[in-house]
Amino acid sequence: MAAAGATWATANWPAVVAAAEHAHKAAAWPESQKLEFLTPAEAKEVEAISACIIPSDGTPGAREAGVVYFIDRALVTFSADEQKTYREGLPEIQKRLQHLFPTETVFSAAAPEKQVAVLESLDEAGSKNPPRRPRANFIAGTAAQFFETIRAHTLAGFLIDPESDRRGNSGGVGWAVIGHLPEHGFQPPFGYYDKGYAGWQPASAAKESAKND
Amino acid sequence: MSRAARPDQTKYKTSEVVDFVVVGSGAAGGILAKELSTNGFSVVVLEQGPYIHESEFSHDEIKILQEDFLTNHPKLQPNTFRKTPKEKAKPQRALVYGRAVGGTSNHFTANFWRFHEIDFIERSKIGAVAGSTLVDWPITYADLEPYYTKVEWEVGVSGLAGASPFDPPRSKPYPMPPLPVKGSGVVFERAARKLGWNPFPAPMAILSQPRAGRSACVNCGFCLGFGCEVKAKSSSLASMIPLAEKSGKCEIRPNSYVHKIEVDERGRATGALYFDEKKNVHLQRAKAVIVSANGAETPRLLLLSASGKYPDGLANSSGLVGKNLMFNTSAISVAVMEEPLNDYKGFAVSRVLHDFYELDANQVGFCGGGGLDARFDITPIGFAFGGLPPGSPRWGKDFKALLAHNFTRSFEIFGHGTSLPVEDNSFSIDPDVKDAWGLPALRLTYKDHPDDLKLAHWLADRSSELLEATGAKQHWTFPIDEQQFGVHLLGTCRMGKDPKTSVINADHQTHDVNNLFLCDGGSFVTSGRGQPTMTIMALAFRAADRLRDLAKRGELNA
Repeated sequence: MAAAGATWATANWPAVVAAAEHAHKAAAWPESQKLEFLTPAEAKEVEAISACIIPSDGTPGAREAGVVYFIDRALVTFSADEQKTYREGLPEIQKRLQHLFPTETVFSAAAPEKQVAVLESLDEAGSKNPPRRPRANFIAGTAAQFFETIRAHTLAGFLIDPESDRRGNSGGVGWAVIGHLPEHGFQPPFGYYDKGYAGWQPASAAKESAKND
Repeated sequence: MSRAARPDQTKYKTSEVVDFVVVGSGAAGGILAKELSTNGFSVVVLEQGPYIHESEFSHDEIKILQEDFLTNHPKLQPNTFRKTPKEKAKPQRALVYGRAVGGTSNHFTANFWRFHEIDFIERSKIGAVAGSTLVDWPITYADLEPYYTKVEWEVGVSGLAGASPFDPPRSKPYPMPPLPVKGSGVVFERAARKLGWNPFPAPMAILSQPRAGRSACVNCGFCLGFGCEVKAKSSSLASMIPLAEKSGKCEIRPNSYVHKIEVDERGRATGALYFDEKKNVHLQRAKAVIVSANGAETPRLLLLSASGKYPDGLANSSGLVGKNLMFNTSAISVAVMEEPLNDYKGFAVSRVLHDFYELDANQVGFCGGGGLDARFDITPIGFAFGGLPPGSPRWGKDFKALLAHNFTRSFEIFGHGTSLPVEDNSFSIDPDVKDAWGLPALRLTYKDHPDDLKLAHWLADRSSELLEATGAKQHWTFPIDEQQFGVHLLGTCRMGKDPKTSVINADHQTHDVNNLFLCDGGSFVTSGRGQPTMTIMALAFRAADRLRDLAKRGELNA
């Protein structure tokens, strides 16, 4: 079921984007999508920030994956400690926007390139840090900064198991983007390199059969 | 409904003196419970964590990696860390272990290499190593061989006997063929052969065929870190606990956090004191106590059990409880291939090589050895956080594009190797920090022996050579730093003949208290080459035989 959903969303992507854009411009937070922590105004800003972190371009992004709902629920469950980070961080984003672009007042209403410029100015860690292999607790510890927190939440909300109750990766679109199929089991061959593999042979036999090829 | 709540399960009263109380239900505890109960002994297993049924397992990465659904939780059980005993330890997560019925075997990688002969006699073979307390085991590979075979057949290991020219002798083939090869395995095998090395199908504690009412692996892809919902992974929970329960002689008692071993005026163990789920304290009485709580929690429990008679902790006349900790050395290199591997499908590892198991110290300039495996063990969110090459964008359009390209094309070579025993490396109890039950927290003291770091770099160099030969588009190695975090918890209650230099004898009996036994990674004398669970399980089968013999001779009732 989820597989069909994800495939459909990818195949029909331009139409989905157009519909989402339209819905977004219609402004008011949809009544059907209940929020558990964020106010509708905050949710709109969170959604705009997450959409810069994983944009909707040729394929679905954070917006279509419903990352904002994942974050909203995270803030009353496993990341309840981060409520303050959001409550204090969101106004900081607006201040930063006004500082950089005095004519702008609301992040979500600013042009995409202005939004990106604001976030770049906040991304102190930058892209120079070599990645560390996360063993556990990849969200804790980076929480000191609002940008780090919302970046972590956005990545998690985009790629979480869509069958979980976390409200992220809606319709499995995040997994579809990275090529992770939603099935619960697979049969080999799994990919390009194991297709046509003849089976394991001892080194001497493998050498012999290579000679005969 | 959890299995623990089923009315037909055996129950014992805490006041009843059972034959054995086993602390911990993981790789060792599960086997001891099964072996002893099916031999007619009454057994109570006290497990810190909850009884989580396979149907409750999940692919939710937040639940597993963030909320510690299957593992010790850093908020409830904080740790501290320092590099040397001179420093004051600072709060920092120091370890991950399974905290549920089945223990760490629920979520392990399932790489099931036997130890080789060298692992038991390395000290005799290479001599003393400066800065290390390296000694031989009191047992040899030949003593343990029948029990390795028992693990393969009774717990369930897939593999191909004779495929590695470096394999130690074995009395029986594997009970099942190897799991299917993954793309990473094919690429690894071809490149390794170009270099003249000897790749072989990985021995894995995952069923390749249905067995004993359990499913074969369905290649779901959520393996390392996750519990297996189809029971293909050979955890204690899937393989041993059901047999223990079926015996009618064993009670698995979850949410039972043991914090003291009680002793009588003669210095003999009388039972285990534990908190139940509501933090009420009970004493489960027993004729003998077996602690299989892992290489960190076992020494902690002995140190917490200090009393007037044993002021430095129970079974600690040597002063070595908690010391000589070994984490194993590791080095991880990642490659991005031209075409999709889709290595997220399936279990972690399908090919291994052991050409570097025994290295010549004169040639390489350090003592130690290891093996390489080809794997992909990282799930989607984890990949987004740490799977991209150094210097990659961290967000935005280019980040997303890279994620979309690399996720299906990446794999890793994981180098695993020895850690030399160093006496200062240890788990002890922190003087200040307490857990949620008010008990002193685990304090880690660890600084890799210089040879271990040299070995890590050496293995990373071999991985790079191999990845170069795969024709990968790009490859890199994660930074190699001194370790301050462990999952392999080895050597902290080492086995030996001399009570002055070891904690337990070759029967797993503590030198100081003759009805107190320890069996887990802490029993190790050397670290092996990085895959300890197979040997923990083999030791547990052997320990069960020794205990049965001692009990038959009446030596436990003295």
